[in-house]
Formats: sequence, C-alpha cells, structure tokens
Amino acid sequence: MELVVADIAVARGGLTVLEGVSFRLSSGQALVLRGPNGVGKTTLLRTLAGLQPAVGGTVNMAPESLCYGAHADGLKAVLTVAENLRFWAAIHGVDGVDDAMAQMNLTALRDRRAANLSAGQKRRLGLARLLVTGRPIWVLDEPTVSLDAASVQLFAGVLRGHLAAGGMALIATHIDLGLDEAAVLDLSPFKAALPKVARGGGFDEAFA
Amino acid sequence: MIALLTRDLQLAFRAGGGFGLGLAFFLLAAVLVPLGVGPEGATLAKIAPGILWVGALLACLLSLDRIFALDFEDGSLDLLATSPIPLEGVVAVKALAHWLVTGLPLTLVAPVLGVLLNLPGPGYPWLVASLAAGTPALSVIGAFGAALTVGIKRGGLLLSLLVLPLYVPTLIFGAEVVRRGAMGVDVAVPILLLSGITAGALALLPFAAAAAIRVNLR
Amino acid sequence: MSIWEYANPKKFMQTSAWALPWVAGLSVVTLVMGLIWGFFFTPDDYKQGSTVKIIYLHVPAAMMAINAWVMMLLASLIWLIRRHHVSALAAKAAAPVGLTFTFIALVTGALWGQPMWGTWWAWDPRLTSFLILCLFYLGYIALWQAVDDPDTAADLTGVLCIVGSVFAVLSRYAVNFWNQGLHQGASLSLDKEENVSDVFWLPLVVCIVGFILMFLALVLMRTRTEIRARRLQALLTRERIA
Repeated sequence: MELVVADIAVARGGLTVLEGVSFRLSSGQALVLRGPNGVGKTTLLRTLAGLQPAVGGTVNMAPESLCYGAHADGLKAVLTVAENLRFWAAIHGVDGVDDAMAQMNLTALRDRRAANLSAGQKRRLGLARLLVTGRPIWVLDEPTVSLDAASVQLFAGVLRGHLAAGGMALIATHIDLGLDEAAVLDLSPFKAALPKVARGGGFDEAFA
Repeated sequence: MIALLTRDLQLAFRAGGGFGLGLAFFLLAAVLVPLGVGPEGATLAKIAPGILWVGALLACLLSLDRIFALDFEDGSLDLLATSPIPLEGVVAVKALAHWLVTGLPLTLVAPVLGVLLNLPGPGYPWLVASLAAGTPALSVIGAFGAALTVGIKRGGLLLSLLVLPLYVPTLIFGAEVVRRGAMGVDVAVPILLLSGITAGALALLPFAAAAAIRVNLR
Repeated sequence: MSIWEYANPKKFMQTSAWALPWVAGLSVVTLVMGLIWGFFFTPDDYKQGSTVKIIYLHVPAAMMAINAWVMMLLASLIWLIRRHHVSALAAKAAAPVGLTFTFIALVTGALWGQPMWGTWWAWDPRLTSFLILCLFYLGYIALWQAVDDPDTAADLTGVLCIVGSVFAVLSRYAVNFWNQGLHQGASLSLDKEENVSDVFWLPLVVCIVGFILMFLALVLMRTRTEIRARRLQALLTRERIA
C-alpha cells in the first residue's frame, strides 16, 4: 500500500496557500511536515482528510483510509474516558478499546469523566482514539501539544508500533518526536505565488 | 449510527439543559397564556390548539443551536465528517436524537397542558397525533437551520430567524388538525398534508443540511 | 462565444457599464410615463373611486417581489452548479431590492385596504404570504451578513434559497388552506375575462415594464458594487499576505 500525493494545491479563505506539493509514503513510513506558522500545514492535512476540496493535484487514496487527528480532540466532557473511546470505536466498527487505553496509559483513568482530566491526559485520550479507528494512515496536526516528555515518548512508541504493523503517518509538528526513521518535508518552498495583479482594473474570477 | 444516537441521548441526559428546559418552557407558555388572555373557558378552548402548537414550536426552537454547535466547538464534527458514517446519516441521527429529547416529551405532556387550556374533549387524540406527526419535521428543519449557522458565533438569533419561516406550513397544518379535531370535523386532509411535509422534510433536508455542514467545515 | 463569458467579472463590468445607463434611463422614462398616465389620465373606478390608482404601484411591486426571489433562486443555482462569483453576488445584490418591493407591496396594500376593506391589515392569504416572503428575505440577507468568508456565505445562502423556495411555495398553499381570504383575484391573467378593464390595463402594463427595468438597473448597479467590494477585499488580503 502506498499513499501518493501528486502536485496538490490547497486554499484557505479562497486564496491558494500551497501548490505543487508531492510526496510518497509506503507502509511503515512516516513523514513529518515542517514549515513556519501559517504556511498551510493544517490546510494541507484537512484537504487530505477530505474536509475541504483541493484546488489542484491528485491523491491516490480515498479519505476513508485516512484518520485525521486535529488540534481539538473531539472529547465529550460528561462522558468517561472509556465511554469516549467506545463511541469512536463503535463509529468505526472496531474493537480494542481496552488495548488502546493500555497503550496510551489511560487504564487507571478509564472511569473518570473527560471533564476532570488534565490537558495532557485529554490529549492522550485524543490520541488513543487513533488506535480505535482501524485506519492505516494517521494524519496528525501537532499531536504532541500539551504532552509532557514522558507522554511524548509513550506516543512515539505507539506510533512506532503503528508503523511496524504496516501503517503510515503524516505528522505536522515542531517537536522532535525521536522518530529518526521519519522523512521530513519542509513546506516553505511550496508556498503559492500570489496571482498577478492585472493592471487597469482587469480581473477574473479570482478577483485579484 | 446507533452509537451516535446513544451518545447524543447520554449527553442530553447528563448535561441536563435541553431536555428539561424545553418542557419547562412549554409548561410556562401554557400557564402564561390564560394569565394574559383571561380565565374564560370558551376563549381558551378556542385558542388552545394554536397556543399549544406555537408553544411546542418555540420549545423546540430553544435547543436547536445545540444540535451541531457543541460538536463543532470540540472538534467532534470534523471527526464525524471524516468517519465512515455519511454526514447525511449524522444529520438524520442528530435530528432524531433532538426529537427524542424535545419533540417526543412535548407530545406526551401536551394533553396535560390541553387540560389547563380547556381544550375540548375530541381534540385530545388529534393533539397528540398532530404533534407526533409534526414535531419530527420541526426537528429536522431545525437541524438544517443549525447546520447553516454552525460556523457563526452567537448564531442563535439568526437560527430562529432562518428557521421560523420554514416552520410556517407545519404550524398551520398542525394547529388546523387540532382545531378541526376539537370541533369534531373531519381532519383527514390537514393531517395527511402535515405528514406529507414531515415525510418530505425527513427525506430531503438531511442532504441539504449535510451540504451546509461540509461548507461550514471547509 | 458562450453566454457564460458574461459571468466573468471583468466582462460583466464592461458590459454592465455600457448597459446600466440605458436600462436606468429607460426605466425612469417608462415609470414616469406609466405613473402619470395611470394617476392622471385614467378614470376613477365606479366602486373604488380614486383609490384604484394605487394598483400602478402595488401590482408591479408585488410581482417584482416574487420575481426577485425567483431570480435569486436561479442565480443561486447557477452559482452552486457553475461556481460563477458574479452569479452569487447578483443574488446577494437582488435580495434587498426584493425586500423593498415586498415592503412597497405591503404598505400600498395597507393604504388601499384601509378605505376599501375598512382595515389596514387582514390575515388574508395573499397578505400573509407576503409577510412570510418578507421573513424569508430577512433571513436570507441576515445569513449573508453573518458569514465572513464570501464563498462560504454564497454557498450557505444558495442552499437556504433553494430550501426556502420549496418552503415558500408550501407556505403559500398552507396559507390558502388556512384562510380563503378577501383579496381579489389576479389583476392580470391570460384569461381575458378576469382582467381589469382596458383603460386600467395599458398603463398598468407600462408600469410593470418600468418596474422590471428598475429592478434590472438596481440589481446591475448593486452587483457592480458587490464586485468592486470583492475586488477590494481580495486586494487587501493579498497585501496582508505579501
């Protein structure tokens, strides 16, 4: 299995921000996306996840094989840790809630409401969700925000396990996850050029 | 889908809010109207069908903005949109959950409030029947309005402005069923039209709502 | 050379710059002619007296209130299917004009209704329908105002316009069912028997043509403004980025 992204262009607020982005990812590989704030990492990930249309280019995999992990964890404060996970497992038709909790070191917290978790614990729960989707390609946006060093190591271990099992991962992050085997793609060179301003008031559908 | 329904019901019950609030509002409306209009039984009997339907409609409106807004804020909507469940199904299930916690209880307590408003005897079965046939349309139309306004901060008022005109046909036929029922006239035509609107709304609006959510998530 | 070329903002601006003075001028000429003819050179009605003359404002405004919505529906469909920005902006531009026509129809109707029916307002099906139409316009305009991103706003209002149209038609039938009404039948119809008589009919047609031209002129003007505003916004955005 291979994810092939070819010459993709993505837009935010009607303006193309990245263009000509191409990469390949095979089973067991991870790719770390880098670039300054606002370059379009989140936009690219959301486009790949199928949440917004690409302006151009192709992706060979349907969004159904991608699992998107955003800044927000999608947790419900009044549900317990186990209930939150069980919900996402049921949505994706997958078992393994207990295993996911064990892997992310949440078993002791299983009956605590998400409202009473610390920020780092919530994040761990959000990441545990990835394990109950059963999808091969993880698309993660800053997965380590508010995690302490030990939890980052824990997550890196889980990620390695996912890759070893033939999964793939596409991660936008500034922190070094300790994944030496992961390739790095800097997005800065793909920043889209602004469309030319036509002189004399001429303009087309882009209005600029 | 069942998981989504049970989760939404769990959330509604644990967070309180919507469930009790709509009923309390309905009760208040039915109590306040006689205080405002006067205690004469004949007047109340005449306006009872309309008051009960308008009360149910407004009670339904109260909790609409929570259908998608909470999931939008905590990121669940993004995750649901990328999940194996089609977004149209998500809309339909969420509208169903909304109906189960507002429309259904309203339908069940309406006869009690009918007593307060001196609704004539033959009207009761038709009151329950019309609410049972009409409130699902209120929920699904409301879900469409909530989908349009999900990205807007403090969109509650706008949501009311968008949804109320869409409620007009349901309100007219619903109240007409009760009015005719209370007078002992044949109700077949309005209740069939009411059910038709509900069926049409249930069949088509989830698609429009899902389209609106996709636009809002972009 | 296809008709869609005119959906290019640049081409639209060029064409409309040329057409606008003509349309606006013609609308002024026809409206002045029709209204003067109608107000001063037609006899009073034997039943309604001089109040009948309000039809020269009321009927065209009411027609255009509905036609404006139909035009918005078509423009929204074109936007949703073909993604021409001008189309979405034309729908946006038409809404306040349609709302104003709705107001004119309601107010002139009330002014006429007071002496004729003895009341400013009655819950007659036509009147009620117009009140509901007014709410639809308000909701549509409010949604445009509330959404920041112009393309998102165009998509959402487009969907609202389509769903709203279906419910507006449903409401019309529901309201008819609910109350049979005082309002007279159509002033103009293809069935000659039902028409108002010829002396009133000709100036009325002139007024209707004038209103159609006025609507066109206003929508063209407002669309041009919207296009310029979009252009300005796009330039500001690129300045911020660069």
